[in-house]
Amino acid sequence: MNENEIRTRVLAELTAVAPDVVAAEVEPGTRFRDQFDFDSMDFLNFAIGLHQAFAIEIPEADYPQLQTLDGAVAYVKRQRVVP
Amino acid sequence: MPSLGADMEAGRLVEWRVKPGDRVQAGDIIAVVETQKGAIDVEIFQSGVVESFLVEPGREVPVGTPLARILGEGEAATAVPAAPAPTPAATVPPPARSRVSPVARRRAVELGVDLAALSGSGEEGAITLADVERAAAPAASQDRAGAMRRAIAAAMSRAKREIPHYYLSATFSVEPALAWLEAENARRPLPERILPAVLLLKATALALRAAPELNGTYAGDGFRHSDDIHLGVAVFLRSGGLVAPALRNADRSDLSALMHELRDLVARARSGGLRASELSAPTMTVTSLGEQGVEVVLPVIIPPQVAIVGFGSIVERPWVEAGAVVARRVVTASLAADHRASDGHCGALFLQAIGRLLQEPEKL
Repeated sequence: MNENEIRTRVLAELTAVAPDVVAAEVEPGTRFRDQFDFDSMDFLNFAIGLHQAFAIEIPEADYPQLQTLDGAVAYVKRQRVVP
Repeated sequence: MPSLGADMEAGRLVEWRVKPGDRVQAGDIIAVVETQKGAIDVEIFQSGVVESFLVEPGREVPVGTPLARILGEGEAATAVPAAPAPTPAATVPPPARSRVSPVARRRAVELGVDLAALSGSGEEGAITLADVERAAAPAASQDRAGAMRRAIAAAMSRAKREIPHYYLSATFSVEPALAWLEAENARRPLPERILPAVLLLKATALALRAAPELNGTYAGDGFRHSDDIHLGVAVFLRSGGLVAPALRNADRSDLSALMHELRDLVARARSGGLRASELSAPTMTVTSLGEQGVEVVLPVIIPPQVAIVGFGSIVERPWVEAGAVVARRVVTASLAADHRASDGHCGALFLQAIGRLLQEPEKL
């Protein structure tokens, strides 16, 4: 899975949690909560989505790294178990 | 037609989920109604057999109108329904069901889209979510948001007109609670982790046990205490407005169960799958605006309830402990309560109890 594929999948998980978010309009370097209403329940659901989609473990201490699109993509790239 | 709040006067029956002759169990969802609070599932509270429908889909009827006749176990069918209904009490055949995905059906109700007028683009002509959203006129969602706004306006105006609110606030250290939760979450797989909000909810529910004057409803004949603690949780909706469905018996659920129920409730509040009983059940409500950076929330009571607690942000502040200034994460809880039902003394003890419970998170 290359970076673009990861990005597409991360965006899909994001829009699944927040259906009002338009994938093409997400600012990659801005925190989700600063772009749209994204509360801690949304964040938890997003993290669960990434955990399931990429089969990665995400300790709570790593949550700050997932607060932007770029951050989440980079994190998944680092953590993903290569099949 | 169930009442979902003191200010709801009528609702529109959207569809039946059962047909005459079906056997139903108490708790089954038998119909969907559209209200100012969105599309709501209606449960049945008795077991038996559906004898006939008294209201047909599409009709708006006042709260309290019987919707269907259910025969209890061993009860014989009657020729004429005894319940007074403003609509003809004829048996209405169930509507022909087109192939519509459940999520599309729900969205159609939310957006006011007539499913009968749509042709589906899914498999075998099934109507999909995308079909519904394409068909939705922008005006329809504005109507929905407008109706929600009017419902909130009615409830809040009544609260400020009729309820003599008093307000109390207290700030507590949540350092022990958060330290405990971080250690607990480190042991849990991601889908089973608990949010800090759940600790605040559980502490509030437990504190309510010792403050019966804050748990119940106020009607014409005065305050009525509730033995059960059904905690309303204010959930903001992305389409605008908010709903406050209940976490039933929140004082008796453990933290894992409460987290599971909260996650489910928030998801259904936002996707339009709440049950009528969840909206009418709260005996007291909690609202939290902490995630928006607010430190103190002074909320308005939702009638006919008599109290509401607002939690602000969890923030790190200088805090004095054993004579030394230390950095601690703290939260401010504010109580708005109805002075007809309780006094400030009771409210103060209640807030104190929340603070005390949060110092021993392992007991929550």
